[in-house]
Order: sequence, then structure tokens, then C-alpha cells
Amino acid sequence: MAFWTWFGLSEGKATTAWPGRGGDDGQQGVLGMPRYAPERCEAGCSECAAVCPSGAIAVAPGAPGGMTLDYGSCVVCQLCTEACPSGALSPSQDWAFGVRRREDLLWSPTAQPARKNDAVPRAFRRSLHIRHVDAGSCNGCESELQALNNPFYNLHRLGIFFTASPRFADLLLVTGTVTHAMLAPLRATWEAMPEPRFVMAAGTCAVSGGIARGGYACGSGLEGVLPVDLYLPGCPPNPSAIITALLVLQGRMPERMARDRRGE
Amino acid sequence: MKGTEGGSVACEDMPEIARALFAAGGRMQMVYAWQPEEGVAELRYLASPPESGRFLMWRCRPDGEAPSLAAIWPAMGWYEREVMDLFGLGFRNHPEPNRLILGDDIAPPFRAERGAAEGVERRGADVPRGLPELDQPDVQLLPFGPVRADVLESAEFTFFYVGERILHYHPHLFFKHRGMEQRFAGLTPTAGAVMAERVSGVGSVAHGLAYCQAIEAALSCEVPRRALYLRVLLAELERLYNHLHYLGHLAGTTTLKVAEAQGKLLEERVKQLNARLTGSRFLRGIITPGGLRRDLAPEDWLAGALARLRAEAARFIDLLEHSDSHRDRLITTGRLSRPVALDQGATGPVQRASGIDRDLRRDHPYAAYAELPLTVAVREEGDAYARALVRAAEIEASFALIERVLMLLEEGKVHEALSAVPGAEGLGWAESPRGTLFYAVHFGTDGRLKRVKIKSPSFSNWRVFPFTVHETNMMDYAINEASFGLTIAGCAR
Repeated sequence: MAFWTWFGLSEGKATTAWPGRGGDDGQQGVLGMPRYAPERCEAGCSECAAVCPSGAIAVAPGAPGGMTLDYGSCVVCQLCTEACPSGALSPSQDWAFGVRRREDLLWSPTAQPARKNDAVPRAFRRSLHIRHVDAGSCNGCESELQALNNPFYNLHRLGIFFTASPRFADLLLVTGTVTHAMLAPLRATWEAMPEPRFVMAAGTCAVSGGIARGGYACGSGLEGVLPVDLYLPGCPPNPSAIITALLVLQGRMPERMARDRRGE
Repeated sequence: MKGTEGGSVACEDMPEIARALFAAGGRMQMVYAWQPEEGVAELRYLASPPESGRFLMWRCRPDGEAPSLAAIWPAMGWYEREVMDLFGLGFRNHPEPNRLILGDDIAPPFRAERGAAEGVERRGADVPRGLPELDQPDVQLLPFGPVRADVLESAEFTFFYVGERILHYHPHLFFKHRGMEQRFAGLTPTAGAVMAERVSGVGSVAHGLAYCQAIEAALSCEVPRRALYLRVLLAELERLYNHLHYLGHLAGTTTLKVAEAQGKLLEERVKQLNARLTGSRFLRGIITPGGLRRDLAPEDWLAGALARLRAEAARFIDLLEHSDSHRDRLITTGRLSRPVALDQGATGPVQRASGIDRDLRRDHPYAAYAELPLTVAVREEGDAYARALVRAAEIEASFALIERVLMLLEEGKVHEALSAVPGAEGLGWAESPRGTLFYAVHFGTDGRLKRVKIKSPSFSNWRVFPFTVHETNMMDYAINEASFGLTIAGCAR
């Protein structure tokens, strides 16, 4: 169809320059994890923990601010920001939360030092091949992963590719809560990958089980299933958050959470 | 149940009722089980009336087993198997009683002490997944999945084939079964909306809406007018990005790469508008029982942005229409006849492409649809091309609906307070981008959710799909599957 060639040429370039200078990340208005200001938190109040549907917030009198907040369990529903009477929890656009250590997803008052990524050899900086496995998602994460190959994000330009065979893959990207039935196929895929191999838990379900955790059919994400090199919560993580996390894994971008905590 | 009529019957009378419904032109929708009190199982049968009007619901308490309706309404077969898997109840004379949802070694998680059949024979239960046994050396067996190529949802497809020809096709779709219906138990109505939005990601609005409408029916809540109109806006934005993705994906299967890129770019544009409007690319976190969680402000900017997109979408669809190589691969592919669509329970664009003129937005209006002009596209051919044309027409219809909503939108509040009533129950529905979606909700005595049943369009259409694959060829398979536009999360739940 010659007119498609003409159409493609006449439409021009649709791809964003982001994460390069001046580029649009495409996430205008996207709400991320709630921001927590412990100094505003009122003693004795537990409104946020009562409405949280995924158990991300727990009242803990000994903890700083009087509660614990696990971004690795947050499904970004914003109920806590609406329930909070004092404005201690507020909506934010903090959606890029790819971290290498699970404990870095727990809110804490002290800044974590920015970590140098030494897990992934430099060779993978210029080319990374991903095998994706859906281990029991709602299809939201798949929708955003598929979006990575649309002309706006055009993941290939960054030297990152999806591959069909685990034998050619460097990274196992897992979405979903890891249902009982998907446990064996997931492990088999990991075992088929050559070393060195890396694992990324994409989406809150894969990080902690998410909203489906605790049912008769599913587990708690990759906890205790596979060794995880990068955690990216989000429900679902948007395409720019996924790209950010992949670049963090490759050591091409600093961990955003660490940067935020240093107040930059 | 609020939102339906019908009543209590004897389980043994259900075949007679089902036959009468068939003769009158109605349609059985589903059966599900729940436990109104500890140790007691009750069945609920839901049906559509012949024309518009209230849905019908019958309830009965089986004594261990109930007669199967699968011989009268084949579409009921999967629902009965789900009840067998999850509740341990039996259905007498079921034509395919093997496991559907759970593996053979998993006990029914909700087996009721009383009313559960211990010794009901499940014929075929020892045949793994109901695959036919073949003793033909020239027939090859290809198991594909559950981890498939590219970024796809997990499912396993088994093909029995000779050369290019598929003799028999069997999908196994429940690797992803998360037990979502059970996850609602004990939640407040508000938290339930968050759960419903996460049953099927690309159907977040439809699921949230059907769930909230079920709650509002149960609690007799009147949703403010502005919220009703904004709900239509959200539902149609969801239809837009789904259908644009669908056309792009379908073009990808016929190797029209530029068209695939264009369809997915237009989908991305709608998702970015979604985020600007609601904070979520999937339009999550807005719809809640009683209306909306906060007001939206589409008035100044959305109409202009959508008008530009509408022109681009129209041009895209027009170019697809003129792509002979694309149309050649769709016409006559995966033909679904009207009788099979009706018997097996096809829904949404799939049934409308096979000549069944049903759309919940028009036949059982909800939100503000009764006050809005809606054209329902129907085709008779039943092939992949007809399914694509129906969806293309729905894109234009959605743009027209949204334009109208933005014109009619009035100031006003968007939420009405509601309080849970112990023991209340209600039915809600929505025409999702993929078809008929029902939520049935039951409150417990503590005012929290006790049982939520979801009838999802992908569950319905996956049941239908294999009938268009048997006796076709391998080269058409991917095109045919794309033309159905199914999700697995919605089916497996």
C-alpha cells in the first residue's frame, strides 16, 4: 500500500525527545504515589490506614510520623489523600519509583544515599533484551508495556528490545500478582535464561501482590519467588516510569526516589 | 435483587423456565452461586428479557446438585463449570463437566457444608482440560503458551492440526485466575470500586461503573445529573482508546506496519487526554458509589482536543478502508454465524457483527444514555471484517456522544452520600468496549460486601471464539484472534 508510505512520511516524527533534554514525557496530569508530610500528621488519627485497600499504610506508634507507608504496596488509588483530614498525605506526580532495594520503597524520614548501580554490567547499557511474563495481571501493565513500542515512546531508540525467547533475554520483566497456576511457567522462563540474568518486578502486583494479594488463587508477587534486581511499583506504572526504571537498571539514570529524598 | 424481577423457584423447574425464555426470545445470561448464610449455597440465574425492560433473576437452593441448562443454553455451560469448580456443587447431565478454572488438584474454595454434593460424578473430570483424545499419527498437536511471544497476557492454546489446517482448537484461559470476586468480600462500597477498576485494566471504567451502579441500585441512591453525564464521558473515552488500539493491533496482524503505528499512536493520544482529565491514563480513581470522587473540568479544553483527534481517527479509518491487502485478509476470516453467536453467548461488537442488534446503552440505559443520541452499528457478515467495521463505526459514535455530553454538561454536585444497608443486593451493568458486563453485589449483615459476581464480556466471547477457529487455517489465526479483541484478565478474573 504505497499510500501508507506517503502517510508515514507526511506525518513526520511522533517520537518524544524525552528523556533527552526538552522532551515531553507524555505524563501531564498523571497522579503518582501519595506524598507524606509527617509533621502534619495528627496523633491518634488512622483515617488513611482505614481506607487503604491494599494494606500499604499501617499505624505504628513507634514509627516516625506515627505510621508506616509502603510504596511497594500502593495501588495509587488516592483514597488516603482524600481521607487525610490534615493534609499529611497529598496527591503527587511522583510516579517514577524504580529502586534496586525493596526496603527503599518504605517511606522513611532520612534520605537514602543515591546508589551506584553495580548489579548490571556496563555491556548491557547499550543493548538490553527483555522477556516479559504476565504472571497474573489485570492487563493494565501489559497495555503500558505495549505502549512502549508505539511511535511516541519508541523504546527501540534506547537500545532496549522485547524478545520472544528467554534464551536471548537479559532481563525478565514480570507483571502480575503471581498466581498459583503461573508460578511454574514463570520459574521455567527464568531458568531458561542465560546468565547473567536480571529480574524486574513491574507494577505493584509483581512487587508485593497488590490488591489481589491474599486470595485463594494468588501469592504476593515475586516475594520469595525470584531474586529481584529492580522494583517498580505503580498501578500500572506508566510507560515513562517503565523507561525510567529500565534506564536505572542499566545505570543510565539515577534512582529518582533517592534524588527526591535528598531534596533536589 | 434490586434492578431485576423474578423470584424464588425450585432448581428442578429451571429447565422449563429456560425453555420458555428461549421460546419468548429472551436470553439466559449467567448463573452464579453464593452463600447467604454459613453452609448454605444458593444459585442465582440471570436473564435478559426479549426486548428492553427489567432483567430477570431467579434464585433456588440446590440440594447438592441442580439440573444443567447447558443443553438448552450452551452459553450456560462455562458458568455451571465455574460454580462446580468454586463451590463444589454438581450440575446433572452437564455435557462437559471437567475443570474450567482451577486445576484438578485444587479443592473448591467455597464448598458449602450443606448443599454441596460429595459424590456427584464429574464425567470427564479425569481428562485433562477436556482435550480430545486422538489416535491419528498424522495429526500434530501444538501447545502454545502460557508464556507467549511479545508482550501478551498469559494463556495456553492447543492446536490439533494437519499442515496449515486447524482441526481442533482449545484455549486454556485461567492461568491468570486471581480469585478477584472473592477479594471483594469484607470491603466497604468505596474500596470495592478500587477493586473493580483492577479486574480488567483496559476496562477500568466499565467495571467501576457497573459495580457502582449495582451498589447504587442496592442502596437506592440517586446519582447527581452532572455525575451521570461525566460517567458517559469517561465510558466513551475508554471505548475510544480501546477501539483505536484494536484497529492498530488488527492492522499489525495483516502486516500493515504504518497503520499499526498510527492506531497505537492515536490510542496513546487518548490515554494522555485521559491523564490530563482524571490523573489516570486508565481513567481510574474517579467513579465511586454515589457519583464521582471529585468534579472534572473538561469544559474548556477537551472538546477542541477531541475534535482534532476525531479528524485524525476518521482519516486513519478511511485509509484502512482503502487498504485492499488488509481487507482481503479480514473478509470471510473467522466467520461467526448468528445462531452460534446467540447460542454460545457472544456479546458486544462481536455479536453486533453477527447480526444481533443489542446494546445495553440503548436497550437498558444507565448513566445518562437515555438522554443521548446513540447509533448502534450492526453488520450481518459475522467475519473479522464485520467486527472491525462495527468497532470503527463505534469510534465515530463515541466521538459524537462525547461532543453531545460536553454541550449538555451543567454545573452541579457530583456525589450523593450513601450508607450501606445490611443484606442489601443489587445488579449493575455497563456496555463495556467488549460487550455486556454485569455486577451482582450482596451485602453482608455487617454492611460490608459479602459476595460480588462479575459477568465479563471476555468470558462470554472467549467461549464463542473457538467455534470460529475449528476447521480454519493457521495463517488466519492471529488475525481472527485480534478481530475478537479479547482480554484474558477479564475472562480469568
